[in-house]
Amino acid sequence: MAELRLEGRPAAAGFAAGPLAPIAERSEAARIAGSPAEEQRRLRRAVAEALAELAALEARAEGDGADILAFQTAMLEDTELASPAFAAIAEGEAAEAAWSKALKAQIADYDASDNEHFKARASDIADIRDRVLARLGGGSLDTRLAAGSIVLARDLSPSRFLATDWSGGGAIALSAGSAHGHVATLARARGVPMIVGLGVDPAALPAGALALVDGERAALWVEPEPATRADFETRARRATQASRSAAGFRLKPATTQDGIRINVLINVASPAELDSLDPAACDGVGLVRTEFLFEGRRELPDEDAQLATYAKIVDWAAGRPVTIRTLDAGGDKPVAGLTLAGERNPFLGLRGVRLSLARPEVFRTQLRALCRAAALGPVEIMLPMIAVADELHASAALLDEEYAALRDAGIAARRPALGVMVETPAAAIAPELIDADFYSIGSNDLTQYVLAAARDSEAVAALYDPAHPAVLRLIAGVAAHGAARGRKVSLCGDAGGDPRLIARLLRAGLRALSVAPAAIGAVKQAIAACDLSAPP
Amino acid sequence: MNELVATSSSLLTNEVGLHARPSVKLTKLAKTFASRIEVAASPDGPWVDAKSIVKVMAFKAAKGDTLHFRAAGPDAEQALLALRALVDEAFHEKSGESAGAADG
Repeated sequence: MAELRLEGRPAAAGFAAGPLAPIAERSEAARIAGSPAEEQRRLRRAVAEALAELAALEARAEGDGADILAFQTAMLEDTELASPAFAAIAEGEAAEAAWSKALKAQIADYDASDNEHFKARASDIADIRDRVLARLGGGSLDTRLAAGSIVLARDLSPSRFLATDWSGGGAIALSAGSAHGHVATLARARGVPMIVGLGVDPAALPAGALALVDGERAALWVEPEPATRADFETRARRATQASRSAAGFRLKPATTQDGIRINVLINVASPAELDSLDPAACDGVGLVRTEFLFEGRRELPDEDAQLATYAKIVDWAAGRPVTIRTLDAGGDKPVAGLTLAGERNPFLGLRGVRLSLARPEVFRTQLRALCRAAALGPVEIMLPMIAVADELHASAALLDEEYAALRDAGIAARRPALGVMVETPAAAIAPELIDADFYSIGSNDLTQYVLAAARDSEAVAALYDPAHPAVLRLIAGVAAHGAARGRKVSLCGDAGGDPRLIARLLRAGLRALSVAPAAIGAVKQAIAACDLSAPP
Repeated sequence: MNELVATSSSLLTNEVGLHARPSVKLTKLAKTFASRIEVAASPDGPWVDAKSIVKVMAFKAAKGDTLHFRAAGPDAEQALLALRALVDEAFHEKSGESAGAADG
């Protein structure tokens, strides 16, 4: 077989090489039922064996992993779980079919919940179902995989992840899966590279063949050519060295060689990212993307639920500033029922603050929740896609109204500073026309608009260059405007997290960068290498 | 449930309601008592066995809901006191812990 290269979506960074271990889907072949007494005995034994397996796993697990297993154990110990199955067996069903049906009803019940915490339990029940089914078939879910295996499956259950020994390396490659699920969280915490969305049938790939996983490019190679392998090893080695040397910079303040202090903040796409992050590693949160609020639902959560989410981030930041961007839907982030369908050019359409102003009922709810969150800590509000001052004024008027309403109702609130993202050429060329409390440069959109090269088009990827002199000149202009007027200016696009661009961004006058949490160490290291007093 | 019934109710104050970890704690605590203990999300029922996590989780009770307990047996009063304390103390969950991977 020739080298095969597959690409998915990144879920956990890192590099791994090892034997491919495809996990086939369970076959649903029907068994002829024995006598009801025999089938009941089989099911009872399988449940007992599954409980013993869970106990063994629980003894080795800790933290979130141990909690997941404790929950699964409690569910499986409860005779209520299997009682419909035993009833069906008494009616003549085989143990496998009876158990599957009983658990299917439970899974459907959890899956139908509007509450994400209950909805997520469906995967635990499926996990319990599969563990008992495996025992009924005489096997185990916890079949030992060769050390360092590249696990290839449609999806992976949390218990299966926890049952696998990752101390010898290895990686996860899923044909379906989610970068936001439990297993992805566990994989990132454990440092296991993981790719999802490969869209390949695991059974179609050869077990035991050498496979390479590049968690950064989200690529999987099977039976790679020697040249691919050499290139992979170089990249992996470089990443290891870079992360080792960058790690030393993570918790220190960022300062250039000539002693200029640079604020390094973080971009947050989901509050779950903060769970494993020490706030001391950053100077605050420079961008909270609130689109995650829509995940798994049709509309924004209500004011109280939004407040609870924002409060968690404010609490985590422990007094550091938290800049929360209002909903930035549209463009490449359509939201069913909210954004316009069928726009011919959504990047130039009703997106960002334009959409918020067109749907003020959604916008007002978010502004109220933000005013209430601002009573808890230094929250700032940032408006995306501002092109003209009227958009800022209209938003400020809504914010003032909602703040006044909260105050009149005696609800704890504060009117936060209101800043803008600078990502349209209009805002970047003439920032003085937009009198905002602060400015944050969205270099991703700014680059695509300045160079007229779509972010998501491979065909024009070469044109899409955030370090193009035209883009840097606009950035310098915004930085100069902020310095002259005493307004904060930062940059929150991907360019800020690219160590190769740091020197040019600082020379353009930026003194604050907001980057992905994983990039903090490398960014601070690149800042430390800059000497702004020396000629470029 | 027969005579000598004790009852009590408590407001759920922890962030994500009666989800996985609190349900494990609640049913484990209930099982330490000999009495028959039942729980409901409404004073009119339906009442379910508070020792069954399958039944308790099925309520999908959220923050702000009230849990009602009733118990009958030799240690009914102590059981209700202990369960009420557990709910009132928000299941001893640290703030922020509630959205950890085990619950999310």
